[in-house]
Amino acid sequence: MDGKGSSRIVRNVTCMLSVPVMVFGLYVVLHGHLTPGGGFAGGAVMATFIALFMVSFGKDISRRLDSGPFSVSESLALLAFVGIALLGIQVTFFSNFLANSGLLFGLTVPFGTNPGFLGTGGVTPLMNLAVGLEVFSGLSLILIVMFRSGGDGDNA
Amino acid sequence: MMEHAPALVIAFPLFAAFASHLIGRLGSRIRDIWVFASLLLTWLFAVFLNLEVMQRGTYAYTLGADISSLASPAGFPVRIVLVIDGMSALIAFMAVSVTLASFIYSRRFMERVSGGGESADRYCSLVLLFLAGMLGMGLTGDFFTLFVFLEMTSISSASLVAFFRKGSSFEAAFKYMIISAINALFLLFGIGMIYSQYGLLNMAAIANEMVLNFSFLDKVALSLIVSAILLKLGSVPVHMWKVDVYQKVPSSVAVMCITSSLVGIYVLSRILFSVFFSMSALTGWMIVCLGSLSIIVGVSMALPQKDLKRMIAYASIAEIGYVMLGIGTGLAGMSSTFGTVALSGGVFHIINDALDLGLMFLIAGAVFYATGKTGISKLGGIAHRSASLSVLFIIGMLAVSGIPPFNGFVSKLIMYESVFCLNPVLSVIGILGSILMLSVFVKVFASVFLGSPYKGKFREIPLSMTAVMWIFALLIILLGLFPGLALDGLVSPAVEALLGHGIYMGVII
Repeated sequence: MDGKGSSRIVRNVTCMLSVPVMVFGLYVVLHGHLTPGGGFAGGAVMATFIALFMVSFGKDISRRLDSGPFSVSESLALLAFVGIALLGIQVTFFSNFLANSGLLFGLTVPFGTNPGFLGTGGVTPLMNLAVGLEVFSGLSLILIVMFRSGGDGDNA
Repeated sequence: MMEHAPALVIAFPLFAAFASHLIGRLGSRIRDIWVFASLLLTWLFAVFLNLEVMQRGTYAYTLGADISSLASPAGFPVRIVLVIDGMSALIAFMAVSVTLASFIYSRRFMERVSGGGESADRYCSLVLLFLAGMLGMGLTGDFFTLFVFLEMTSISSASLVAFFRKGSSFEAAFKYMIISAINALFLLFGIGMIYSQYGLLNMAAIANEMVLNFSFLDKVALSLIVSAILLKLGSVPVHMWKVDVYQKVPSSVAVMCITSSLVGIYVLSRILFSVFFSMSALTGWMIVCLGSLSIIVGVSMALPQKDLKRMIAYASIAEIGYVMLGIGTGLAGMSSTFGTVALSGGVFHIINDALDLGLMFLIAGAVFYATGKTGISKLGGIAHRSASLSVLFIIGMLAVSGIPPFNGFVSKLIMYESVFCLNPVLSVIGILGSILMLSVFVKVFASVFLGSPYKGKFREIPLSMTAVMWIFALLIILLGLFPGLALDGLVSPAVEALLGHGIYMGVII
């Protein structure tokens, strides 16, 4: 793979795929408390897009990807996770203060078989979002760093 | 607020670690103040834990529950439970104190050896994560959380080993990563075996189940878990990673690595005393044998070393062997008086190891700071340039070898006398190890500090580094002259906590 990357077809398909991949990743993150998956799986799906982008556009463009914002969002996501846990401190650390409260994600789950309601779960969906952002930025950072040092052919 | 201290003492360094990366963008001075303030706050929480344990005795903190002390609402524990007793509070206090000292020491040290900037941000984050991992291992009451925090210490310390970004430090870090990955799999496999049988992860609840039905599979799980933790603390058959790691890691972090080995000892004794106590005669003898092997191998390998840090690393293997000797005798003679005495010697030696070996590594770091070298043959005559450093080395050397006015003597004497009741040969090994240890350090003292004055460039050692080393030295002398301070205040509650497996189970069930 020289600096140009893949053919025009691949590049266009990558651009078209960007929206569905991101939406699917967000879906997995947001429905983490209802369906299989969750923050880690969804974040990894979103980071796949960064990998796809790098492969199809080659190193000329990929090198311009800045690691700074990813680094900041990674730290912010981790802080949000610990912060949400700390917010429950009037009961206990990690206490789910939003569940059944009627506020954000605070609906009460109805009894019996149901398709699953997004607005339930209390702080669990919020923590899933934090983990999703953290995994997305962390894996993207790893990809960016590896792409930078591996592309030159030296062992930097 | 203060009843949440067990959770906050782990959460706060985590929060500070993630934030210090962002705060580092505002300037290195603000970041240093932030890290120092958060370490100080964590230290106050740890002190509070110790005071609380003295008043309330063993207690549990359930994360996310409506009432923090209610560990098993339905008859069995369903959440992550932190258990605080004399031993875990002592370990938490020790880990935070050493990290605080190491951070004060490292400010000027890392400025010189790494040049500051973004690598200093990374250093602060990793040190805080390392601390959070050690505290988590110390306070957790269930196996899976133990596994998570063990991984956290492994990964953060492996990154710190690679901190200098040289070929040899990458090699040591890679070796350490591979070994800790295999180690983690062993531990996870063992935990899985127990979980598949009882459907429980909480240590106290598992111990309660094992009283009635102890199976062969439990023995397999025990051997897997114990071998994983032995590797983590660097006992003899699996000590090979330790020397490379201690040599390559920055000296200020080597002090923390020693502490993490000692936290590993705590985890080992927690599992053997509180969970698998029905096997204590067998496991006790096993730990005793591995401990005496560690003493012999550690000391005899320290003799021919040519690098100062590498030599102290081998000495630390031997010192870990002494702690294992004490704790193993405590296990083998669980119901007898000599067992209790040996155990208190072992627990006291945990504190002394952190101080003595910590001081030795800090001195090695100071020598490196001043001269840029750690090879024993390249150094010489440093006493002419820095008298205080050589006095500190003499104090550390005598304390490590167990010579009277210092703290190492007290804990070693307790162990020689009590281990004798289990088997006289063990005392002989212990005393022989101490004598050889003295000869190792006297040799090094002669070649590094004595001789004609050091000719090369000698950088003045800053006050912050000297002050931390003197605090270690004063504590060594204080505990040597008044061992009752530590033995009554810290060690005996810890020993009671380890021996009282009924109380440990009663908090949860």
